[in-house]
Amino acid sequence: MSYPEKYRYSKSHEWVLLEGDTATVGITDYAQGSLGDIVFVELPKIGQEIQSGSTFGSVESVKAVSDLYSPVTGSVSAINEALNSAPETINAAANDTWIIKVAVKSADEVPSLLSAADYEKFVAEETGH
Amino acid sequence: MTDSTATLAPSQLHRTALNSVHRDHKAKMVDFGGWDMPVQYRGLIEEHMVVRTGVGIFDVSHMGDIQLRGPNSLAAVQKLLMNDASKLQVGQAHYTAMLYPNGTFVDDLILHKLSENDYLLVINAGTREKDVQWVRQAVGSMSGVHVTNVSDYYTQIAIQGPKAAATLQKLTDVDLTPIKNYWFTWGKVCGLYNVLIARTGYTGEDGFEIYVPSDEATSARVWAEVLAAGEEFGIMPCGLGARNTLRLESAMALYGHEISDNLNVFEANLGRYCKLGREPEGAIDFIGREALLEVKNNGGPSKRLVGLEMVERGIGRDGYPVFSLDGTRIGEVTSGSPAPFLKKNIALAYVPVAFIELGTEVAVEIRGQMVKAQVVPTPFYKRPKAATPVITAPLI
Repeated sequence: MSYPEKYRYSKSHEWVLLEGDTATVGITDYAQGSLGDIVFVELPKIGQEIQSGSTFGSVESVKAVSDLYSPVTGSVSAINEALNSAPETINAAANDTWIIKVAVKSADEVPSLLSAADYEKFVAEETGH
Repeated sequence: MTDSTATLAPSQLHRTALNSVHRDHKAKMVDFGGWDMPVQYRGLIEEHMVVRTGVGIFDVSHMGDIQLRGPNSLAAVQKLLMNDASKLQVGQAHYTAMLYPNGTFVDDLILHKLSENDYLLVINAGTREKDVQWVRQAVGSMSGVHVTNVSDYYTQIAIQGPKAAATLQKLTDVDLTPIKNYWFTWGKVCGLYNVLIARTGYTGEDGFEIYVPSDEATSARVWAEVLAAGEEFGIMPCGLGARNTLRLESAMALYGHEISDNLNVFEANLGRYCKLGREPEGAIDFIGREALLEVKNNGGPSKRLVGLEMVERGIGRDGYPVFSLDGTRIGEVTSGSPAPFLKKNIALAYVPVAFIELGTEVAVEIRGQMVKAQVVPTPFYKRPKAATPVITAPLI
């Protein structure tokens, strides 16, 4: 499991990279590992308004469906359509596979998310080891 | 993203003798019907595929085992189970079920005729206690019948896939070739004498289930030896996740999903295993027969289990509602999943008989969206017939 320091992390296991007022969002290595083989990603529409903490789509493994929660508020500016045909890319490289980009309303939200070290601690507590 | 978690504390769960082996393999463990079981090792899809193309090994020791012995044991089995056990020969097994008087399911099971007056019922894990109680209640008072719960006596290991026979053959002195599907024998396996070797499984693939003593050391040794024997065929340990998708591709019922105490035999499409008219006349009838006869004589069931294939993009899952195309709710998915080998999204669902024709279009509601699906033949997957042996030696 690796959690790049350049990202911020949510407790619902998404990573965010803020560049200017664009937030790039993916799911963490821990998330893909606990989901298992990802076979389906449901993406939002470009232009859709999303709130921090609200669902913007879902990822499905063979066994389960998991909602995706937005770590930021704003409007969807891009979606990774390659995931429609190759959702397993997330398993192979969760840190390098973005799901959506968001034009954020306020860049202040991002620093309040967890740092890599804090996220790693959070995962360790959640899994009990 | 969020994840569901187990409902019981790990310390309260039952464990098989191979529990620490699974943990050493770094399996992902889940609560399955009160059992701490591996859901996957390296990956569900990989494990599914290795069973379709090579060989996989499963710990299925959570399954329960009930033995019925004594001079009246055939009578007891005939009263208890819907298939006709009088047709079984020693060394033969078949799929059957025990029913409530109203024709719904206590459980489905595999019945093995071990010898005259000696039967082994292999039952589901989640229904173990209920099943044992039911058997005692239904036939325990018959004279000449001895009911024993032998669930904890065995570690049950399933070796499944086109290379299962080649793998197991390396570990036994029994010639496996003549053992037909749903037959069994006893033999030396991994140096253990009189191991029950059955050509059965829950994957839709060729394979065997072996029943070895349930002490941890023996169980772990046999597990390791099977893995070593299958190495040349790319064997992998497989979890319950792959077991579920394999059985779903093969459209085999799972208790609590396709069958339950709310569903009868005809609704579940299992009439072919249910012998309403046993011979000779006056033969013992099974519990539930009269209710089923009434269903049959009144035009059959009003709903039936069908196979669905998603036509539009989406995965219909367990419990999702099924609608007619005009928007009426007509039924529910009992098991639904991506099918790793078929590379389609498939489901089993109960629908009214007006919707069971092959090709009928319906819709599955997937988190608020109507997604089209079509009624397709089951099983979704049928294993290729074994190739006719090629005679290489001259015939004279």
